[in-house]
Amino acid sequence: MPTVGVKRDFLFNALGRTYTDEEFDELCFEFGLELDEITSEKEIISREQGDSKASGASDLILYKIDVPANRYDLLCLEGLVRGLQVFKNKLEAPRYRRVSPDGGEPQRLIITKETAAVRPHAVAAVLRNITFTQERYDSFIELQEKLHQNICRKRSLVAIGTHDLDTISGPFTYTAKAPGDICFRPLNQTKEYTATQLMSLYKTDSHLRHYLPIIEDKLVYPVIYDSNGVVLSMPPIINGDHSKISLQTKNVFIECTATDLTKAKIVLDMMVTMFSEYCAQPFTVEQAEVVYPDGKTCVYPELAYRKEKLSGEFINRKVGIRESTDRIAQLLTRMCLLSQPTGVGDEIEVEIPPTRPDVIHACDIMEDAAIAYGFNNITRTTPRTYTVANQFPLNKLTELLRQDLAAAGFTEALNFALCSQEDIADKLGKKISETRAIHISNPKTAEFQVARTTVLPGLLKTVAANRKMPLPLKLFEISDVVLKDESKDVGARNSRRFCAIYYNKTPGFEVIHGLLDRTMQLLDVKPARGEGYHIQAADDSTFFPGRCAEIFVGRKSVGRLGVLHPDVVSRFELTMPCSALEMDVEPFLGFTAEVLLTHDVPMQETFKHQFPARSQSRPALPSRPPTTKTVFGDMSSQAGLEALDGFLADRSYVEGFTASQADAAVFDAIPSPPPPAFCHLRRWWSHIKSFQTERARLPPAKSQFVLPPAPPASDAGEDDVDLFGSDDEEESTEAARIREQRLADYAAKKSKKPALVAKSSILLDVKPWDDETDMAKLEECVRSVVMEGLLWGQAKLVPVGYGIRKLQIGCVVEDEKVGTDLLEEAITAFEEYVQSVDVAAFNKI
Amino acid sequence: MVYFSSPTFVAFGVRDTLNMADVLARRSCGLGHVRFEKTTSHPASIGASSMADTGVLEALLQRVEKADGGVDSLAAAAGLGVDHQVIVGAVKSLQALGDVISAELRSSKHWELTEEGTETAEQGSHEARVFSSIPAEGLPQAELMKLSFGKIGFSKAMSNNWIRVDKSHEGGPRIFRTVESIQDQVREKLLLVKRGDAAQLDEKEKNELKKRKLLAEVTVKSYWIAKGSSFSTTITKQETELTPEMIATGSWKEKKFKPYNFEAMGVAPDCGHLHPLMKVRTQFRQIFLEMGFSEMPTNNFIESSFWNFDSLFQPQQHPARDQHDTFFLSDPALAQEFPPEYLERVKKVHSEGGYGSQGYKYDWKIEEARKNILRTHTTAVSARMLYKLAQQEKFTPVKYFSIDRVFRNETLDATHLAEFHQIEGVVADYGLTLGDLMGVLHQFFTKLGITKLRFKPAYNPYTEPSMEVFSYHEGLKKWVEVGNSGVFRPEMLLPMGLPEDVSVIAWGLSLERPTMIKYGINNIRELVGHKVNLQMVYDSPICRLDS
Repeated sequence: MPTVGVKRDFLFNALGRTYTDEEFDELCFEFGLELDEITSEKEIISREQGDSKASGASDLILYKIDVPANRYDLLCLEGLVRGLQVFKNKLEAPRYRRVSPDGGEPQRLIITKETAAVRPHAVAAVLRNITFTQERYDSFIELQEKLHQNICRKRSLVAIGTHDLDTISGPFTYTAKAPGDICFRPLNQTKEYTATQLMSLYKTDSHLRHYLPIIEDKLVYPVIYDSNGVVLSMPPIINGDHSKISLQTKNVFIECTATDLTKAKIVLDMMVTMFSEYCAQPFTVEQAEVVYPDGKTCVYPELAYRKEKLSGEFINRKVGIRESTDRIAQLLTRMCLLSQPTGVGDEIEVEIPPTRPDVIHACDIMEDAAIAYGFNNITRTTPRTYTVANQFPLNKLTELLRQDLAAAGFTEALNFALCSQEDIADKLGKKISETRAIHISNPKTAEFQVARTTVLPGLLKTVAANRKMPLPLKLFEISDVVLKDESKDVGARNSRRFCAIYYNKTPGFEVIHGLLDRTMQLLDVKPARGEGYHIQAADDSTFFPGRCAEIFVGRKSVGRLGVLHPDVVSRFELTMPCSALEMDVEPFLGFTAEVLLTHDVPMQETFKHQFPARSQSRPALPSRPPTTKTVFGDMSSQAGLEALDGFLADRSYVEGFTASQADAAVFDAIPSPPPPAFCHLRRWWSHIKSFQTERARLPPAKSQFVLPPAPPASDAGEDDVDLFGSDDEEESTEAARIREQRLADYAAKKSKKPALVAKSSILLDVKPWDDETDMAKLEECVRSVVMEGLLWGQAKLVPVGYGIRKLQIGCVVEDEKVGTDLLEEAITAFEEYVQSVDVAAFNKI
Repeated sequence: MVYFSSPTFVAFGVRDTLNMADVLARRSCGLGHVRFEKTTSHPASIGASSMADTGVLEALLQRVEKADGGVDSLAAAAGLGVDHQVIVGAVKSLQALGDVISAELRSSKHWELTEEGTETAEQGSHEARVFSSIPAEGLPQAELMKLSFGKIGFSKAMSNNWIRVDKSHEGGPRIFRTVESIQDQVREKLLLVKRGDAAQLDEKEKNELKKRKLLAEVTVKSYWIAKGSSFSTTITKQETELTPEMIATGSWKEKKFKPYNFEAMGVAPDCGHLHPLMKVRTQFRQIFLEMGFSEMPTNNFIESSFWNFDSLFQPQQHPARDQHDTFFLSDPALAQEFPPEYLERVKKVHSEGGYGSQGYKYDWKIEEARKNILRTHTTAVSARMLYKLAQQEKFTPVKYFSIDRVFRNETLDATHLAEFHQIEGVVADYGLTLGDLMGVLHQFFTKLGITKLRFKPAYNPYTEPSMEVFSYHEGLKKWVEVGNSGVFRPEMLLPMGLPEDVSVIAWGLSLERPTMIKYGINNIRELVGHKVNLQMVYDSPICRLDS
């Protein structure tokens, strides 16, 4: 946010009254400014350079005011005063006018084609018969500097040159030449330099050296000459000394050269609107002509007034106020946006002056109305937006884990995501090329070279910074690391990690191992090979040889733990043994992973939106079933319902003895809850309704009860959304075809997704014939039972008594394909071995 | 055990460490799964002076009873013929019994002979011993020097003019007496001190002997013991703690129990701690969830300039997109894929306008939008979520929030780091007003315990209107900025495909600032990063934002 320094007394003089600091602060707040600091030149110098230097400086009170970054019209005293006076209704906004010179040709600036290679645009204007005082002059220079720093982007987009017109004579030529061919006496220098010499001269200039890179590497440099070959300026670096302005200057020639023409026009408008106040004819600006290489001529400054029409209702609706159209027009006028009701409804015509290039949309006008109304006068209301909150599953899991890890005696650390290459590679005994680290191109220090690929270095540094704390130190962190990932649009992704360390006089591997066990317990993963978790020896240069293990969950590696290598310990300036654990958290999301929210966005837009200038409300989608035609008749008719009621009088379901897709389909065909008169239908309807959540899992229908819909009637009104907003009928047919195609693709893609299969986990007790039965053989027999949708699990022998043991064996079955009776039958078939089979446990998965 | 102030009753926790070694031994042999067993330590309280010293206690009490006004512990020790430390222990024990005695700590200085001084007092000074070892016919110097006291005694005797050296004597230098008899003053002075009559020596003499390391000044601390308000010469043994045996036998009914010292601190529990910043984050999450806001997936630190800036209608020349403010990536430097239709619409609104906007009228470049950065705000994720929302067939109102890291390539100081946590809330619905935004902010901040709010017009490239949120700080007696807010610009929302009459209101603040205020931390580095002060983490209270 730019800060403007103004002398308090001059400001109050211009405002026509004085304020206390608090009053002025209040005024600023209301208007969207901030009185940042109350100081004096003396205070500033003494603070920056010491008291001795400040002795002679002025102790006039200075107000430092923060101005919003898009309000270039408030960057000088003149603009601030004008804005505040209009806001306080003490002044009408002036009208800025462009005039032709009195009896003569306008000044001309001719642009040659060479400029295209370096800085192609230029605009110009003249302030005629201006009267400078020291204050005005200082403000004039200061505004140029403020514009250069802000909208001009440090002169790269636009550079302003101001000249004493009486020392030069037009027409002026804006061209570009090789640096060696440009030679002039620059501002405040005593001799002439070539451009090449200037560039090296200003290398050490604290102010100008920042601008050199803008043209430094160009073959030609921009330069402006007058008709006598006098150099006006070499933008964006320096003006010529010849044409420099002074307090005595009466006529000012302003040129702005640019790489962005829009901004050049804005900057020129700002310069002339702010200071034309001091011309003999206030607020008039003498126009200048700019001739382009193609011969086209433009007149500047533009000083364009733009008119917009909007409704008072729009403002009331967006702000949340209820003001009359007249009152809204008054509010806007106080913001320098001259407005009046047009008389057509609540329409208001708003005129946007050249000083307000920040107003580019109706919403900007709406904001100004709100500011003039007073933000703090607006009634605070509660939106009626009804929503149900969801946690991001990964964060939910993290939150729960953190609590329990702290309860397990570990203290949470919080380290930076950015670090040096050394931290994640060299210090851990790894090569940076082996990591999947992302690299930062513009780090200010080595601390920000890469994003961490592991949480471990941060924890080790935390220990190093807290060596004075009593041992043992037990720390953990659950945070994101960043890894390169080509499958992502940005080529990288976060990965949530859990890391813990134990630092003590003994390595304490068992402590870290115990923490792993506890974590797995919290995550409900059992210690077992296969489906559970286990650790097995691994080689890793970060760890002490033979003291590192890899963590496997369901045969997938999720991380490592072990005793850190002594070299790693020393590189982190530590002295004690240390063991550590780091693992991925995301694999433990489980089922929630399926509904995992992501920030990935769809690359193709399935639904075409209209992008109208005006709002067009869309009719709500009628919630009507696709078809009501069934084998029982039309369900939207009384007769159809009656038929179905009769059918259901002695049946629980449409088909068979369990609810199936047949029921669901018929249910869907009934447009509204059946009347109570059809008691059988009603009973069935309520029953089927209760299956809504699990209807996908209902067994398929054997026959078709619902008839396909009739071919669509050519009723245009049925179309819920005009998908393309196009008038061209032919085009929309083509578009509709594409849409159909996409929808078909989508449906095809969707159908490839496996449907959710209902499964159960069953534990069977298989009892042998006698104590001499070969139990191994028995198990073999049981396992030899093969069916589709049957998966045998672990088995164990459980003593029954008298030396007899039974086989307890688990299996997972797909409900639709395998029944328990089927299983029992198959197993009892092994008569020599099996006496009986019982279901010990049955669980739906 | 800390409740007993007397050092006489110190509890020793005995910890069995043998199992550890055992475990390690087995582990290195690769023997399967090992369970680490920790033997419960029995805090055995051992009365160091125990009641074997009851005799001393009673003897002391009797002395106190007889004495008029009290006795000095040193005198008592001398009288009872025990070491002074025993008496000191007895005093502490008696003090612990209640007001049996009163003991006032006194300290006195007195002179004592050093080891060398004691030897001198017994055997005479070195010089005297030299004198007496020289027979009338003299002694060869070499022989004298062989004696333990020879060297020092010789030079002192010489300076006293008690002896002389005949260097020209045949058979080497020989020493003779020069006087008939001597008076060993050093020894006499030391004997005076030994008898306790040091006062008879003047300071100069004492200091001279001190310099010769024969005397030393010692400070003696003693107790002046007098009768207490509940003085008695017999003592009842007091129990320290209730034991299972006492409960079993009921003997606790007869026992007297030593009083606790409730001034002492308890034993700190062995526990882990959550990080204060994360504790505050948990509370903020809670507040959002209470208000019905869903959490956005913000686990993507790397973002393209497109989603971070362009989609938010932030122009490509905006200062925030400068190398000085944003971290750019060299690898992976560019983002690969954008929704092509949406990209076109964004390009158009920037360069030409549309949707009722004039646009910024500049040459929008895809190259700039493809540049990968570390996201500078979580609003990049909000943009993605709103775009996704716009792709729904039918718009549904949403309330979103996120609290996650963002990155700025800024100059670092006591309150600014290159990365911090941004808290963000977003509501999208038909017809939301500026008044609604203020209302939601009011509710949100009320939950933080902040009720006095006011709003200042501000500027933000992607919100219009924009408001800075100020709250009245009771401590500072002024309004301080607590957050930023606004209504997203149509130039951001309409290209996404959101219905025109949908408004999106949003606000943001940093997590670090309220945390620093809450926990009274002045330097952000003590809070975030590896330089964290773990003691602060251990000591920080739970986070209740509204109290």
